[in-house]
Amino acid sequence: MSEIASRVKAIIVDKLAVEESEVTPEASFTNDLGADSLDTVELIMDFEKEFGVSIPDDQTEKIQTVGDAIAYIEANVK
Amino acid sequence: MELKRVVVTGLGAITPLGHNVADTWAAVVDGVSGAGPITRFDASLFKTQFACEVKDFDPSLYFDRKEARKYDRYAQYAVIAAKEGVEDSGLDLEKVNKNRVGVIFAAGIGGIRTFEEEVGGFYLNEDKGPRFNPFFIPKMIADIAAGHISMMYGFHGPNYATVSACASSTNALIDAFNNIRLGKADVIVTGGAEAAITVAGIGGFNAMHAISTRNDDPKGASRPFSASRDGFVMGEGGVCLVLEELEHALARGAKIYAEVAGGGMSADAYHLTATHPEGLGATLVMENALADAEMKPEEVDYINVHGTSTPVGDISEVKAIKKVFGQHAYDLNISSTKSMTGHLLGAAGAIEAMICVKSVENDIVPPTINFTEGDEDPEIDYKLNFTFNKAQKRTVNVALSNTFGFGGHNASIIVKKFVK
Repeated sequence: MSEIASRVKAIIVDKLAVEESEVTPEASFTNDLGADSLDTVELIMDFEKEFGVSIPDDQTEKIQTVGDAIAYIEANVK
Repeated sequence: MELKRVVVTGLGAITPLGHNVADTWAAVVDGVSGAGPITRFDASLFKTQFACEVKDFDPSLYFDRKEARKYDRYAQYAVIAAKEGVEDSGLDLEKVNKNRVGVIFAAGIGGIRTFEEEVGGFYLNEDKGPRFNPFFIPKMIADIAAGHISMMYGFHGPNYATVSACASSTNALIDAFNNIRLGKADVIVTGGAEAAITVAGIGGFNAMHAISTRNDDPKGASRPFSASRDGFVMGEGGVCLVLEELEHALARGAKIYAEVAGGGMSADAYHLTATHPEGLGATLVMENALADAEMKPEEVDYINVHGTSTPVGDISEVKAIKKVFGQHAYDLNISSTKSMTGHLLGAAGAIEAMICVKSVENDIVPPTINFTEGDEDPEIDYKLNFTFNKAQKRTVNVALSNTFGFGGHNASIIVKKFVK
């Protein structure tokens, strides 16, 4: 697991109060990890803060799963 | 239409004197002060460095981590108090018609800590553009506690907050009372919560010279009706009263603490923060409450006064009591339990109504502590019985609670022993 992936997972575990084992790449924030619409907005903000990236609104809608988040950040982090 | 009778069937509390009703009541009867140095933030640069904090508060005992983050502390207090109140009421949550159960829960300010964090965070990073947490608004707003409580239980009846500064939760109680009287609900979970012992809360009240600066003696600082009083002591917490339509309560064999007899409201229409010097609004609100309860002044045994320990407010309230009660003012007991609990702002009406209910239940009047001989204010009549320093046993058939808020809002509620 990449360093980015483990940091992303740590944020998800903390914010959504889920077990690390549940945070698989396929896990959907809303369907599998109990996030509501506000939780997902907060998660995106936390990713932005943690990695110093800015995720445009049209991209945030595409980030539905743990894997989506890791992929986006890996591709965009400087 | 005949108005329905309303009784109190449940109580809940998390206060500077305890994490439940029993501990809070025991401490109030024993004359214990809840004041101490502020631990919530570094207050060393503030004029006031003490308050009545809820002690050893650990949200994780009540909420899972994800939930706790979504609640400002004021809403946490509200929910904790409501849980105790609903449990104490013995309501069968499987059987009760939840469409007929409401929640009217007050806060004077609401999530002021959340506001500080989010706005402060924004100004620290102003160059980055707006970056507010999506929970900022729903954590901060003063009505969200009522929302949380309804969601926790699925109560679909009337649901909102009332705001009138330090009278807020008395207004909540009166609204709950009226809604049930009018048949709009069978049960209403009501009360108030506040958590304003924060940088902005203490700093803001300091700027008004409203709070005591007796930093060398926190426990002795809230001294209503003493000549040396120098302002109120900030308190915090949440208190819940479950009000229920009498027949509904009787039908399920509920324990009945007391009956709500009446509520009064008025405005000083005088000044932003100062009470009317002659107690105009205070007189009117007590008269209105008595009229609503269809009671004569002589029937009141105990007045839990607003009595915040401010130089002006205490005097005008005493004037009003003498005006409304005449000679009977000398026969009843008066006390300011803010001498012990501090001033819970938007939860003041709820904690003091709860104390009135317990007083009626137990025939005990809790004291006004911190009075010493020789500390008499020439403008206050000490022939009145302020129940100084020691609780007093007496039959309390009827108790009245006064609350007055910045803005000149006055609200009073009367509770009495329940007699079929």
